[in-house]
Amino acid sequence: MIPADAPTARDEAARALVRAGLARIAPGPDLDALEDTADLRDALELDSLDFLAFVEQLSRTTGVRIEEDDYPRLRTVASAAAFLTAAGVP
Amino acid sequence: MELIEKPEAVRRRARMPDYARARRTFTWAGARAQMSGLPGGRGLNIAHEAVDRHATGRGDAVALRVLSRDGAVDEVTYAELRRRTDRFANALRALGVARGERVFTLLPRTLDLYVVALGTLKAGCVLSPLFSAFGPEPVAQRLRLGEGRVLATTPRLYERRVRPQRADLPDLRHVLLTGDPAEGPDDGEEGCSALQHLLDAAEDGFTIPPTDPEDPALLHFTSGTTGRPKGAVHVHEAAVAHHATATAALDLGPDDVFWCTADPGWVTGTSYGIVAPLTHGATLLVDERDFDAERWYDVLAEQRVTVWYTAPTALRMLARHGAEAAHRRDLSALRHVASVGEPLNAEVVRWSAEVLGTPVHDNWWQTETGAIMISNFAGEDIRPGSMGRPLPGIEATVLERGPDGRALRTGGGVREVTTPGVDGELALRVGWPSLFRGYLHEDERYRASFADGWYLTGDVVRRDADGWYWFAGRADDVIKTAGHLVGPFEVESVLMAHPAVAEAAVIGKPDPVAGELVKAFVTLRPGWWPSDALHDELIAFARRRLGSVAPKELVVDPHLPHTRSGKILRRLLKARELGLPEGDLSTVETS
Repeated sequence: MIPADAPTARDEAARALVRAGLARIAPGPDLDALEDTADLRDALELDSLDFLAFVEQLSRTTGVRIEEDDYPRLRTVASAAAFLTAAGVP
Repeated sequence: MELIEKPEAVRRRARMPDYARARRTFTWAGARAQMSGLPGGRGLNIAHEAVDRHATGRGDAVALRVLSRDGAVDEVTYAELRRRTDRFANALRALGVARGERVFTLLPRTLDLYVVALGTLKAGCVLSPLFSAFGPEPVAQRLRLGEGRVLATTPRLYERRVRPQRADLPDLRHVLLTGDPAEGPDDGEEGCSALQHLLDAAEDGFTIPPTDPEDPALLHFTSGTTGRPKGAVHVHEAAVAHHATATAALDLGPDDVFWCTADPGWVTGTSYGIVAPLTHGATLLVDERDFDAERWYDVLAEQRVTVWYTAPTALRMLARHGAEAAHRRDLSALRHVASVGEPLNAEVVRWSAEVLGTPVHDNWWQTETGAIMISNFAGEDIRPGSMGRPLPGIEATVLERGPDGRALRTGGGVREVTTPGVDGELALRVGWPSLFRGYLHEDERYRASFADGWYLTGDVVRRDADGWYWFAGRADDVIKTAGHLVGPFEVESVLMAHPAVAEAAVIGKPDPVAGELVKAFVTLRPGWWPSDALHDELIAFARRRLGSVAPKELVVDPHLPHTRSGKILRRLLKARELGLPEGDLSTVETS
C-alpha cells in the first residue's frame, strides 16, 4: 500500500526535470547536496542572470510558458516541480 | 536627433538648473568648501563628512534604512551611526591595527558592512570592500594583492571562501565574524573574533586623528585585459567629488530617500552607495536582497524612494516584466532615476519616461575616476542612448587611436579628435579630487594610464557636434556584464587550472539583458574529449572558484585564433561570435 503523501512517479520526474535545468546553470557538489525544500537561489548562489537562464532552460525543455509572476513558485526544487506538474508536465 | 524634453517645472526644481552656467562657475575649491573639514583644521576625513558632522544638529535624522533578508526594516540615525562607527574605530585600535593598514569587507548588505566601512575610515585605515558573490579565487587574490590585515565577513562566507586559503594569506591577522557570536568559531581560533564581542568591549567616543586629504582611504580592485586585478587607491579628498557629483548628476540632497542598488563591493556601491548620500545627510536605503522585479517595485513605492541609482541590466529586467506592475504602485515620490554600468539603450530611457514617470539619466565613470564624470542631468533634456556631457569641473576629450586601439602617442603627445562623430579613446584632464592616486604596488601601470596631462580611460566614444558623448565600446578586451567589469585573464587563468584545459579564451558575448555575458572558449589537452559531463564539470569548476564572475557559457573550440607570437586573439573570437567580418588577418594564425 502506498502512503497518500508519497511522491508519485510524476513528482519524481518533475523534480528530475528541475534538477536537470539547474545542472545546466550551476552543476557541482552544491547541486548534488541541494535539498528539495531549500531556497535554490541561496543554496546555489544564483544571481539574477543565472536564475533567468534557469527559467529559460526549464521553459525550453518542458514547453511550459513561465511568466515572471510564476517566479516565486520556482523557489525550491519541490515547489518548481509542483509548478510543472500543475502545468501538466511531465 | 531624438530628444526627451524636460518641462519647465522639472528644470526649475533641479539642484543644478542651468548646466551651461554651472560649467562656467564651478570650481573644485568651491566644492571643497561644502565639506566641514575635521575640527581644528586637522584635515579632511570621509567618515567625518559622512557621519560625525551630521550627528550634532541633525543627529535624529535617519542615516540608514536597512531592509533585511527576513523582511525587517531597521532605521539608524546619524547619532547612532556615529556611536557605532566610533566603537568600531576603537575596536580596530584595540586590535593594534595601524593607520594605513587595509581592512577588507566580504559582507552582505547589512548594517555591519556600513559600520565597518565608516569605522575603518575613522581609524585612518584603508577600506577595501569585496563583492560577497566573489568566489574564493578572486577573494584570496585581492586579499593577497592588498595585503589585507583585517577581514570582516560572515561565518558562512569565511567557511566557504576564505578558510581553505587562510594559510596563503600571511598578512591577514584578524578575521572579524558577524552574526551571533555563539554560532561562529570560538574567539581566538585562527585569529577569528566575533565582531559583536569586539564592539561590546569597545569604548564609546572616538576622535578622528588628523587626516591629510591625500591620505589613502579606499582601495578598489578593477580588472585589466591582462595580468592581475589592479588595486586603485583613492584618498579622503575624493569625498569632495562624491558630494559635488551627487548634486549635479543624481540631483541628491539632504531631504532625499536615496537607493543605490550597486553593492559596495563595486565602486558605485561605495562612492554613491555609502559616501555621497551620507555626506549629503540624506537617508540611504540599503536592501540586503538581490534583484526581484515585484519586490523592487514594492521597495520603490513603500519606501518612498525619491532618487534611484541603478544599472541597465536591472532596468531591462524591469522593462521585460511589463508596465502593469509599475502602474499598480504609487511611484509618485520618485523624482530622479539614474543608471551606470554599461551603455543604456534608448528604448529603456523611453520606457522609463513612460512607465516610471521620469526618464533614466545615463552616466559614465569607472573605478579609477572615483566619481561620475559624464552624465545626463535632471535639469536638462536627454538624448536617449547618449552617456551625456562632462560634469562641471571635468574636462573630457576624444583622442585619436593607434594600431593597438589605444590613444596614439606621438613623441609623448596625443592628438585630439576634433571632427564630430569620429571614434576615439575617451580621456579626462587630470585634476579632480577623486582621480585615483595609484595602482597599489604597480607604478608602471599607473603611469601608463596617463599621457600629456590626460587620464586615458580605455573606453571608445564619439562626441557629437553639440558636445554629447556616445559610448562605442572598450579599447581592450575587458568585459562589461550586468554593470560589472570582468577581466578575461582572471577567468582564463582559473579555467587553465583544470587538468582538461589546454587553452582558454574569454569574451563578452552581447546579451540583450546583461549587456554582455562572460563566455569561455577552451581547447582540451590530449586524452580529453568534449562531452556534456565535461562541460558541466568545467562550468562547476569555474563557479566554485570565481563565484559571480564565472563564465555563463562555455564551449570547446579546437581552433582558437592566435597571433604569430602565440597570443589568443579574443577580439577575433568575438567577431566570430557576432558573425562580423574578422578584419585584418595578417598577424593571425589559426591553430
